[in-house]
Amino acid sequence: MVAHALAEAVAYPAVGASLDVERISHAFDIDGNALPVLEDVSFSVKPGEFIALLGPSGCGKSTLLRLVAGLGAPRSGVLREDGDPVTGPFPSRVVVFQDPTLFPWRTVWNNVALGLEAQGILESQRQRVDAALDLVGLSQFRNAYPHLLSGGMAQRVALARALVNDPKILILDEPLGKLDSLTRITMQAEIVALWQRKGFTTLLVTHDVEEALFLANRVIVFSNRPARIKADIAVDRPYPRHRGDPKLAELRRNILGLLGLDATW
Amino acid sequence: MSTYSASKTVALKQSAEEGAALSGRPPSLAVSLPSGGTGVFASLAWVGFGISCLWWPDIGDWPRTHQLAAAALVIAGAIFLASVAGNRLGRFNAGLQRRAPWLLASALFLTLWEVATAKFAWLPLPFFPPPQSIIEVYTDDLPKLLDSILASVKLQLGGYLIGATVGFLTGVSIGWSRSVGYWVHPVLRFIGPLPATAWLPIAFFTFPSSWSASTFLIALATGFPVTVLTWSGVASVSNAYYDVARTLGAKPFFLVRKVAIPAALPHVFVGLFMGLGSSFAVLVVAEMIGVKAGLGWYLQWAQGWAAYANMYAALIVMSLLCSGAITLLFRTRDRLLIWQKGVVKW
Ligand SMILES: Nc1ncnc2c1ncn2[C@@H]1O[C@H](COP(=O)(O)OP(=O)(O)OP(=O)(O)O)[C@@H](O)[C@H]1O
Ligand SMILES: [Mg+2]
Repeated sequence: MVAHALAEAVAYPAVGASLDVERISHAFDIDGNALPVLEDVSFSVKPGEFIALLGPSGCGKSTLLRLVAGLGAPRSGVLREDGDPVTGPFPSRVVVFQDPTLFPWRTVWNNVALGLEAQGILESQRQRVDAALDLVGLSQFRNAYPHLLSGGMAQRVALARALVNDPKILILDEPLGKLDSLTRITMQAEIVALWQRKGFTTLLVTHDVEEALFLANRVIVFSNRPARIKADIAVDRPYPRHRGDPKLAELRRNILGLLGLDATW
Repeated sequence: MSTYSASKTVALKQSAEEGAALSGRPPSLAVSLPSGGTGVFASLAWVGFGISCLWWPDIGDWPRTHQLAAAALVIAGAIFLASVAGNRLGRFNAGLQRRAPWLLASALFLTLWEVATAKFAWLPLPFFPPPQSIIEVYTDDLPKLLDSILASVKLQLGGYLIGATVGFLTGVSIGWSRSVGYWVHPVLRFIGPLPATAWLPIAFFTFPSSWSASTFLIALATGFPVTVLTWSGVASVSNAYYDVARTLGAKPFFLVRKVAIPAALPHVFVGLFMGLGSSFAVLVVAEMIGVKAGLGWYLQWAQGWAAYANMYAALIVMSLLCSGAITLLFRTRDRLLIWQKGVVKW
């Protein structure tokens, strides 16, 4: 497989974990009725791979990410991180939510330090917080409170807060959804650079087909709720990618077709 | 520092601008006058007050009239010097500039009070004592007043701290744990809304001393609002915060200490303010009825002897203490909640 060869050529530092999603189904109870959200979803992610998840709004993407993070248990099926079943949240799998959800009573530095503090290793590892802030370019704002930050800065802090834990799997739920298009493009490039440098496995939910193609090794397309996998598409283009790449444009047309938006695009 | 006199006017002008900038927007009186002008007028008003004490004879027998006049003149002199010294006093001057209109107004008020009571008795006399008779209370009845202040502060502080601590812990437990909520919530609903003073008769014969009974009542009056608001604060913390912390490896104790409590703190302070208000009320009533000490008791004692000046003196002290307590609480809040934007300045 071309995609595979390419992934190996990029010589990832081996910190990413593999993720196996095995026949996951999930449903919510709403007023006594079961609302099926995920239906028999299975896929595998190799260590260090970057997967984008695309699908109609409300189909169950965030639900799947929460299950991967361990914030809930699926009705049926198993999730495995490096072969071990996921039973609850663990800092090797860190989520960046669509909303940055910074803690308003903590300074930027203390927000980033949260994970290390919760694990009781902050005192010996303070330099990791500084390094994470450097990484997202916000060292100057270490003592600022979140209400002083712009949306893009807040999202970068949320990213640093996740990265400081050296996650094996980074879970991104539309992290750039609310940003203006310029900040968005910059942050996309930053995420690719970070991912290439750190080598973690990445799951990214996005509504933006172009973003998915710009960032991911593979794009998984879901159906309407309950979400089933409609297509699993390898994007075997080298990084850094170019938005004008005709191969990407072709893939984009395919994917939009799968999402029900046809030829006119 | 300017030693050359030509630069003085510039410095004074600058200081006025500083004063204006510090105070936000002072009344136009302060702005329209030349710098230090309001201060000079305030000083004149205090001179006027001093003279009003001496000009007419007192219609009663008040030994402190001359001292009061002297004090007024000293204050007038101090205000005058400070106004003229201007910028050399730095920040103090800015504060003076800002307060000058108030200094002026209070001198006018005192003059009116003096004239209306001690000089012409426009207000019926035993009920409206003149300023000098209140000064007399502060100088001649000081030991008893100090004892009362100490007793009140001790009682209030003890009861308030117990009530706030218990209320806070209860509120956090109810907000956090469903099973604690199951047992405590109905009790809270049944007992909480009852005014603490309703317990007075029972408390005074069930507790070993009237002091412990009053402490209990003050704690009760404080505890209820603190409990309810802490609880609602903890309960309203967004789940998103917990999700974030949990994925970062937080255990339940960490979630309570580092997520639930800080997020609930603004609510907790609302409860602490409400508790402070209602506990003051209980304090005074408890002192009047049960404890034979404290400012509440002093008030009642003064009323019994028709010592109206003592009542006013005690009221003034009480208001200063309550206001001081509120200020202290506000300061604490501003420190702890520095991360909040747009908090009310007290
Ligand atoms: N805790 C919950 N309880 C009940 N229903 C829920 C819950 N969380 C999600 N749902 C429902 O599950 C469905 C899928 O939600 P989910 O958030 O996973 O969608 P999504 O694919 O992330 O959508 P979007 O792209 O708009 O974010 C929705 O219909 C939603 O109403
Ligand atoms: Mg979602």
